[in-house]
Amino acid sequence: MNYVLKRTGRAVFTVWAVITLTFGLIRLLPGGPMQALRGYLMQQNPSISPAELQARIEALTAISPDEPIWVQYGNYLWGLLQGDLGQSVWLNEPVSMVLAERAPWTLFIMTTGLFLMFVIGIGLGAFMAYREGSKFDITTTGVGILLQSVPFYVVGLVLIAFVGYQWELLPTGGHYASGVTPGLNLEFVISSIKHATLPVGSLVLTGFGGWALNMRGNSIRILGEDYLRVARLRGLSEGRIALRYVGRNALLPMYTLLLISIGYMFGGSVILEEIFAYPGLGRKLIQSIGRRDFPVMMGAFLLITIAVVIGVFIADLTYGLIDPRASGGAERESY
Amino acid sequence: MSRTNADSEYAFEVTAEKTLSRRDRIRHRVDQFLLAPARILWTDWRARIGLFIIGLFLFLSLIAPSLVARPEPLGPLLAAPWPWGTLEYPLGTTYLGESVLAQLVHGAPSMLKMILSGALFTVVVATVIGTTAGYKGGTVDGVLMTISDIAMTIPGLPLVIILAASLPIAGNPYLIGILLSINAWAGLARSLRSQVLTLRESEYVEASRIMDISLTRILGIDIIPNLMPYIAMNFVQQARWVIFNSVALYFLGVLPYSSTNWGVMMNSAYQKAGAVTSLEAFHWLAVPMFAVVLVALGLTLLAQSADRLFNPRVRARHAETVTGEDGPEEDEESEPTTSVGAVS
Repeated sequence: MNYVLKRTGRAVFTVWAVITLTFGLIRLLPGGPMQALRGYLMQQNPSISPAELQARIEALTAISPDEPIWVQYGNYLWGLLQGDLGQSVWLNEPVSMVLAERAPWTLFIMTTGLFLMFVIGIGLGAFMAYREGSKFDITTTGVGILLQSVPFYVVGLVLIAFVGYQWELLPTGGHYASGVTPGLNLEFVISSIKHATLPVGSLVLTGFGGWALNMRGNSIRILGEDYLRVARLRGLSEGRIALRYVGRNALLPMYTLLLISIGYMFGGSVILEEIFAYPGLGRKLIQSIGRRDFPVMMGAFLLITIAVVIGVFIADLTYGLIDPRASGGAERESY
Repeated sequence: MSRTNADSEYAFEVTAEKTLSRRDRIRHRVDQFLLAPARILWTDWRARIGLFIIGLFLFLSLIAPSLVARPEPLGPLLAAPWPWGTLEYPLGTTYLGESVLAQLVHGAPSMLKMILSGALFTVVVATVIGTTAGYKGGTVDGVLMTISDIAMTIPGLPLVIILAASLPIAGNPYLIGILLSINAWAGLARSLRSQVLTLRESEYVEASRIMDISLTRILGIDIIPNLMPYIAMNFVQQARWVIFNSVALYFLGVLPYSSTNWGVMMNSAYQKAGAVTSLEAFHWLAVPMFAVVLVALGLTLLAQSADRLFNPRVRARHAETVTGEDGPEEDEESEPTTSVGAVS
């Protein structure tokens, strides 16, 4: 319980630190976003009065520039707690609205990608370990190393060029076809899956190799353990050994890796979504930079961070379910 | 000198009979930290290929720019690469008629600068923080590790992007490299700390402590050399991360630049010549992509073979260093230390 409390505290603290960082970047930076926004607004409407300008900035960023810094900070925090991320300069809509319709799509492709990568990698890695030294093992290891060195966006671009434009097999961008009405109908589901195939595919193609190699290494190490020999001598079935003894123990370190890669995945969404013109949080983040739409930029950043913090938090807390030894004691240092 | 010491009442003041000259010491250091690891690496085919590729890359970025003329818009527009085109433009030309090869060559130095500064920054910061936290323990440890945990959780790329958009940085490749690695030190610092936790209890460190040797000396002489192979491996991995993501962000056009590089090349091929929608300009996009993959492959192979440096059995064979002969080559069962294959 103490551990859960401590872990929750850390998650909250992380979010707070990031909020403070965005506040600092917006407000304190000389020549930073605040100045840029002021310049942008004045350029848009040269006849704007100073008071009007101030009010406009206040509405957009949820920060009122002429109050003492601590009051500004307090208001900013308070606004965020109520879900007020300011207003989009470009769309004149609340940032929270703009982001709310994007977030599910990012969540959709990123979790699908991570899940497939993990499952395929684990299965393949375990199989490779059992066939250690065989031709199959050697080729897959080579391919795994090679795939690990290919950035996913390179695969993505090649897929777009050939599968998308040359052979016209799959759509190259967007989240669903334009004529389809969103909702729980078959047409929409199929269209969404079709549009997600290339982005998810490029993630999985470049990602599964690393997981497989890792799983292979872990399994091979465990296959040499004494307790496995004991299990064999006890006459346990191979299936039971493979799942309960090798699989489970080899998976444990992978779970921690999964936890770390959640952050990488959501961070990577910035690149992936931009390349596939996939309307998620990452693409919004990049778009808003081009449009000098700083409230949206900071909002998207905050949201991605919160997603990662929650993901890591859940993974951390559920670790105890897989590994009973870990429950309750990360403070017990056992390196 | 040693005679008199032997009579002294303080047994610990005894110094060695033979003192090493400065040159000997340097030679030993070089042996221990450079030659021996290099020889171990060389026994591995992965390392050989990796080193070859990295050597090629170094040649490309250090020497080739003075051999190949700067890209000028003089040639035919969007000429195909060699087997289909002429040897005058072996990798084809851009939509303005510049040689793609020249672009590749002149884009390489800034890649190297970014990679080096980013990886170096990561490793240095992580080592300082990780070893201090692990060795000191207590409040220092608590504070440093909380900071690392936070830095670790913040998604790197979005952070880099908003920093690049907010901070008034110019396109200095060294600065960009550091910016790209802004929170990459955290993970390494954490794992270094846990290794230091075990090291600090060892007898020789205890001895140094009793002799009242200063903290920085203990860290520098007793602790960090033990972590060197691990640090070196992470240097390589961070280099890979920097090249992956710098190219990606330049491709998306969100980083400032002062001189051309491979990501900028990809960006113009994509934006200006539509290299993805038509195959006519695809070579312009494919060349820098292939270069990135190749350098990343070299780095991956190097990182993978570097885990042999951890293997005590391989190390022991080389412990006698330069004069020793290599035993017959046998393949140890070393599982590759791979990084997460995620979007990294």
